[in-house]
Amino acid sequence: MPGLEVENLHVRIENKKILHGITLNVEYGSIHAIMGPNGSGKSSLAYTIMGRESYEVEEGDIRLDGESLLDLPTEERALKGIYMALQDPPQVPGVRLSTLMIAAINKKLGNLDLTRVKDPSIVKKMYKYAEELNLSRDILQREINVGFSGGEKKRSELLQALVLEPKVIILDEPDSGLDIDGVKKVANILKELKAEGKAIMLITHYARMFKYVTPDIVTVIIDGKIAVQGGPEVANLVEEKGYAYIRQRFFKR
Amino acid sequence: MAEQAVRIREDILKGADSPDLLGWLDKPYKAEIELRGKITRSLVEEISRIKKEPDWMRRLRLRSLELFYKLPMPKWIVGIEEIDLDVLSHYVKPEAQTTDEWQDLPEQMRRYYEKLGLPELEAKFLAGLVAVYDSETVYARMKEYLRRKGVIVLPLEEAVQKYPDLVKKYFLRVFPPSDHKFAALHGALWSGGTFIYVPPGVKVREPIESFFLIGRQGEGQFEHSLIVADEGSYVHWIEGCSAPRFVGYSFHNGMVEAYAHRNATVKITTIQNWSRNVINFNNKRGIAEEGARVDWVEGSIGSRMTYVYPSTILKGDNSSTRSVVVTLSKGPYLKDSGSKVIHVGANTKSKIVNKSISAEGGVNVYRGIVRIVRGAKNANAHVECDSLILDGKSKAHTFPHNQVDEPTASVSHEAKTGRLSEQQLFYLTSRGLTDDEAKSLIVLGFLDEIMTELPIEYANVLHRVIQLEFSELGAVG
Repeated sequence: MPGLEVENLHVRIENKKILHGITLNVEYGSIHAIMGPNGSGKSSLAYTIMGRESYEVEEGDIRLDGESLLDLPTEERALKGIYMALQDPPQVPGVRLSTLMIAAINKKLGNLDLTRVKDPSIVKKMYKYAEELNLSRDILQREINVGFSGGEKKRSELLQALVLEPKVIILDEPDSGLDIDGVKKVANILKELKAEGKAIMLITHYARMFKYVTPDIVTVIIDGKIAVQGGPEVANLVEEKGYAYIRQRFFKR
Repeated sequence: MAEQAVRIREDILKGADSPDLLGWLDKPYKAEIELRGKITRSLVEEISRIKKEPDWMRRLRLRSLELFYKLPMPKWIVGIEEIDLDVLSHYVKPEAQTTDEWQDLPEQMRRYYEKLGLPELEAKFLAGLVAVYDSETVYARMKEYLRRKGVIVLPLEEAVQKYPDLVKKYFLRVFPPSDHKFAALHGALWSGGTFIYVPPGVKVREPIESFFLIGRQGEGQFEHSLIVADEGSYVHWIEGCSAPRFVGYSFHNGMVEAYAHRNATVKITTIQNWSRNVINFNNKRGIAEEGARVDWVEGSIGSRMTYVYPSTILKGDNSSTRSVVVTLSKGPYLKDSGSKVIHVGANTKSKIVNKSISAEGGVNVYRGIVRIVRGAKNANAHVECDSLILDGKSKAHTFPHNQVDEPTASVSHEAKTGRLSEQQLFYLTSRGLTDDEAKSLIVLGFLDEIMTELPIEYANVLHRVIQLEFSELGAVG
C-alpha cells in the first residue's frame, strides 16, 4: 500500500528553482510531518503535488497508488482523492461554503447539476462535522472565507477534508493561529483520520502539535532539500535546537 | 410546473441555434416583400403604404427620417462603423398573415416555433403571446378572460388601425425620435411589435410575452412595443429575443415604450440571447405617473454587441422604479449597458442594480445616469454596479453619471469590481472542479441576490443558461 510517493522531485517557478530532489512517501494510516523554516519549500511541495499552475516539475515523479499524477490537472488529482487544506485559503465572494462542498461531492459522484443537493445526508454530514469542529452551522451559508476569522478558516479547511473524504490529506500549517484547545481539537481529528486509514501529510513550522499527535515520519526541508528524515525524535531535535542548527549539522558547506 | 417552464425556456434560448433548426434556415424563410438599400424618403413611404397606414403615422415616419438625416452619429458607440445601413434589408415581410391560431401559420414557420416550444409555453404560462418574424407579427393572441376585461394585446400595426387615438397618445412620445440618431431611424422604419393596453384596475396575473426572431442575415429589425397600464392596473411583459446563426451580421434597433398611469405597475423582463452576429441596439423608456412603478429586468447574454439602457422617468410624486441589468460578455463581444432614471416628482425612489460578467476577452461597459431635477423633493436613488472579471483578457468599465439639482434628494452609489485570481481558481479546482465549473459557480454566486428576486422560472433559466455558457457544450458563436 504505497499511498502518495514523491520521488526525486525538482521544481521551479519561472526562473527560480525551489525544490531540489525531494523524495518521500506518505503511507495510508500514517502521519508524515514536513517541517522546515519559512520559505524552505514546504508549501511549494504541497502545491506541486496538487498540480498548481506555474509550479513546473523539471524532474522526478509524484505517484498516487503507483500511478503518476504529473500529467493530470489539479481537479483530476483532487478527484483521485488528494485534498489540500491551504495555509491561507483565499476568499471566494459569492460562493457559499456549502455550495462548494455540494459541488465537489456532485462532481465526484458524476452528477451533472453541481449545485443541486441530491442526497440530503450530505447536509447532515456537514452539520455533524461543523459541530465537531466547534463551527456554527451558519458558516456553511457564508461566502467562502469572507469575513472568516483565522481560526474559522483553518477549521473550514478541515471541515471540507472531513466532508469530502479524500484518501490523502495535505494540511499546510493547520495549527497556526489556533489556541491551545483548537490545536488539541485538530490533533484529535488527525488521529481519527489516521485510524480511518488516511494518508496524512502534515506541514508545520513548529512541533507544538506533536504533543497531542505523534507523527510517524518527520522530514525536515531546508532550502528546497531534505535535511533530515526520521521518526518523532527529529521533531524533538528541531524543537530543542532550531533550524539553524539542523542546517549546519546536516548540510555540508 | 416551474421545472417544465424552465426546460421549455431553456430550449427556446439555446434551441434557436441548434443545427436541425438551422437546416432549413440556411435558406431563409420566403419573403413576400423585402425592401433593402439606401434609407430614403421613398423607402419609408413604401413601408407606410404597404402597411396602409393613416396619414398621421406616415407623417410621423417622415419627420423621424428628417431627424435621422440631421442628427449626428453618437461618438461613443464602438463598432458602429461595421454597420452599413445602406445594404441592410430594412423591411422584410414574411410570406404569412398575422393569425391567432398556430395551425394557420405556414407549416415551416409553425414547425420552427413548435421546436422552440412557444405554443406549449403560451398555453401553460402566458396570458398572451405575440410572435414577430423578421419585420412583421405573424401570431398574436391573448387568453379569453383578458378580452372580457378589456385588455388589448395586438400587433402594433393593427392597433394603429383600430385604436388610433390611444396609440397616438403614447407612440414616440415616451421616447421621442429626436433623442438620438438611432431613435430617429427607428421612428422612420419601425415595423412589427406589440401593443398592450390594460384598463384601469385590471391586474394581469400571468405575463404577456413577445418573441422576436430575426430569420435572415443582413436584416434590420425595428420592432416597436408599446405597453400602457391605466390607473391602478398591473402588467408584466416579457421580451424574448432569438436569432439563428448566420454568416453575415444583422442589426436590431428595437424600441420599448411603457407608460404607467397613476398607481399602476409595469414590469418588463427581457432575456436576450441573440446569436453572435447580431448587433443589438435598444431604446427602452418608461414613464411613471403618481404612485406608479416601472420595473426592468434585463438579462443580456447573446449578440455580438449590445447597447441597452432601460430608462424611467419618475414623473409623478411617489413613483418608483427598479432596474436590474445583468450582462455577460464571454468571448470577443461587447455589452454596453446602463440604467437611466430621471426623478421629477417628489418622494420618488429608484434602485439600479447592474451586474456584469466579462470572460475570455469580453468587454462590459456600464453607462448609467441618475438625474434628479429641482423640485423632486426627497427623491432617493441608489445605484449598485458590480463587475466580475474572470481573466486577464477581459474588461469592465464603469461610467456612472449623477446630476442632482435638488438639495433634499439623496443619491448613493456603490461600485465593486471583482477579479478572479489564479489563487481562487486553484482553490476551487483543488476541490475537484474544472476551471469552467469553478467559473460557473463564481458567476452564479455573483448573481445570487438577483436570482432570488426574479420569478422562479426566469431565475432557473438564467441559472441554466449560465451553466451552459460555461460548459463545453454551451460554447456559443
